[in-house]
Amino acid sequence: MARAALKDAKQDAARDRVSALSLPGGASWAAEVRQAALGRIEAMGLPHRRDEYWKFTDPATLTQPEAPAAALFDPRETPMFDAVDRLKIVFVDGVFDPDASDDLAMEGVEIERLAEATQKDIHWAKDLYGTLEARGHDPVERPLAAFNTAFATDGVVIRATGRASKPINLVYLHKSERSDAVLHHLVKIEEGGDLTLLESGPAAARFSKGLEVDIADRSAFHHVRIQGRDHERRAVTGYFARLGTESTFKSFTMTVNGVLTRNEMVVELTGDDAIAHVAGAALGDGKDFHHDDTVFVTHDAVNCESRQVFKKVLRNGATGVFQGKILVKPDAQKTDGYQISQSLLLDEDAQFLAKPELEIYADDVACSHGSTSGAIDEDALFYLRARGVSQAEAQNLLTIAFLAEALEEIEDERLADDLRARLTEWLERRIR
Amino acid sequence: MLDIKGLEVKLEEEDKQILKGVDLNVEAGKVHAIMGPNGSGKSTLSYVLSGRDGYEVTAGSATLEGADLLEMEPEERAAAGLFLAFQYPVEIPGVGNMTFLRSALNAQRKAREEEELSAADFLKLIRAKAKDLKIDAEMLKRPVNVGFSGGEKKRNEILQMAVLEPKMCILDETDSGLDVDAMKLVADGVNALRDAGRGFLVITHYQRLLDHIVPDVVHIMADGRIVKSGGPELAREVEENGYGDLLGEVA
Repeated sequence: MARAALKDAKQDAARDRVSALSLPGGASWAAEVRQAALGRIEAMGLPHRRDEYWKFTDPATLTQPEAPAAALFDPRETPMFDAVDRLKIVFVDGVFDPDASDDLAMEGVEIERLAEATQKDIHWAKDLYGTLEARGHDPVERPLAAFNTAFATDGVVIRATGRASKPINLVYLHKSERSDAVLHHLVKIEEGGDLTLLESGPAAARFSKGLEVDIADRSAFHHVRIQGRDHERRAVTGYFARLGTESTFKSFTMTVNGVLTRNEMVVELTGDDAIAHVAGAALGDGKDFHHDDTVFVTHDAVNCESRQVFKKVLRNGATGVFQGKILVKPDAQKTDGYQISQSLLLDEDAQFLAKPELEIYADDVACSHGSTSGAIDEDALFYLRARGVSQAEAQNLLTIAFLAEALEEIEDERLADDLRARLTEWLERRIR
Repeated sequence: MLDIKGLEVKLEEEDKQILKGVDLNVEAGKVHAIMGPNGSGKSTLSYVLSGRDGYEVTAGSATLEGADLLEMEPEERAAAGLFLAFQYPVEIPGVGNMTFLRSALNAQRKAREEEELSAADFLKLIRAKAKDLKIDAEMLKRPVNVGFSGGEKKRNEILQMAVLEPKMCILDETDSGLDVDAMKLVADGVNALRDAGRGFLVITHYQRLLDHIVPDVVHIMADGRIVKSGGPELAREVEENGYGDLLGEVA
């Protein structure tokens, strides 16, 4: 298919897809934001297997009108982050649940629902909603993110003016087999602000999530996400973060199960001396598991540091994808960029597809990247077994060890320990 | 304790016979040493006994207190009381030394249907044992053997031995890469574990380790067989005259 014909096909598909939908209502500014996003989708068209950044992942089930059914899954365990003192905001199949949620009130932080904020004629969210997404399509188009901006039915808008006294936890429950949820969150961390956002749960049979985070000078945003373990759920995330001077951004995602996960992340370091660490750990089992991290980090300021650490453990035909880029603009001197993507393939049926990229236009930078695929270390396995550890337990220990570098990116030790314990528990379940 | 009869072993990958009929009986409470030139099959013997992949036993037997070792998985051999101190201890990035030791100890206890040790009791145990071997808390926190010096790795092996309290200890070239002080420390650790219920098989190329861990019996191994056995004086003979004379004499 020629380039022009492909574009036509994509645009036709986009028009088909949106024709039956109507934009959610709201104040005029919100309507404009959504209308503009709709325009972007129609111009870009829907993603296609022929697109450079979709050749490893088939977008069909993410773009088709009906969400494919996903059986409900009861993990039979204490909910994630239950031991953490947090402010809980619950969505059931994408619908806000006020009874299960805490009061949206915390000192130093304004929290509102997107559905309410977009009704107000004047709101700070106007400057953020769709803004980072809109500028995140160059040079790679992300039509599903624009779709999310246009059609998000709800979400939260959070503005931190100070240090939050506890994390905010977005809890996504999945209770209907055919639910199709579209949520969009806006997070603005004002100068001196410091907030931790936790996310947990599958959210829906198909979940589209948009997240735009604006991190002002000298502020910090921490993010830990555990994607739902429902085996048949699908999820696509468009995650956009902008960092100001001397700001810190740390995000960690753990993915276990799910037939399709596409986590797109666009990080822009726009102020000097900023730090961005993004990490992910994925555990995939079975040929239906497909997990895709597509990460784009742009250095556009002096003396910034970025790290991308992505680890995947795959077996029984599971597929892992990593597409990661560090772009260093001409003026971004003294950049310290690091990217590592690694897979541990527990058998010969699993596959890992990686596309690491560096694009550097400044001359005084230190950037390194690496990508590896390997099996379990037989010498280490034997050493553990020779000390009495069973083969299965030894394999689990080595699996967690493999993921350790990604887990280390979680700054809060308690959260990290909690996750390590969960991982061990989940791995042990698989043996039984 | 450890009873090896007519053990013949070849490499799995190629048709190469390494052990050509090894007979050896280590009694409880005794220290046996195996010496021999490079390539004589000493290390292969230790690997085969501990259950490493890549070897095929073509004849003979090996039992520990009457139980057939060769039928067991490596972890079952460990739980039965066999311990191999590795010539090259493996580095395991991402697994803390403490986690490793505790997993090993509790796995063995579980296999023997004993109660697992609590975190607190384990900590107490490990601290006491580590102190004797001059292993500091920092070393216990680090990932297994990662960034350890040669001496630290070998001390870590002996620490594992002290914690796991095996019945039968095989030390494979534990002296390699050690300076005199480190060797003394390691030997002291081993000697502290010597008792009437425990057997030792010390594999070494040089006699010097045997100055510190004095054996009851010394065997000379060459070309896949034990060609000569005797008392500690045999080790000194090797030291003075090398293997050439001894082997020439046997031939």
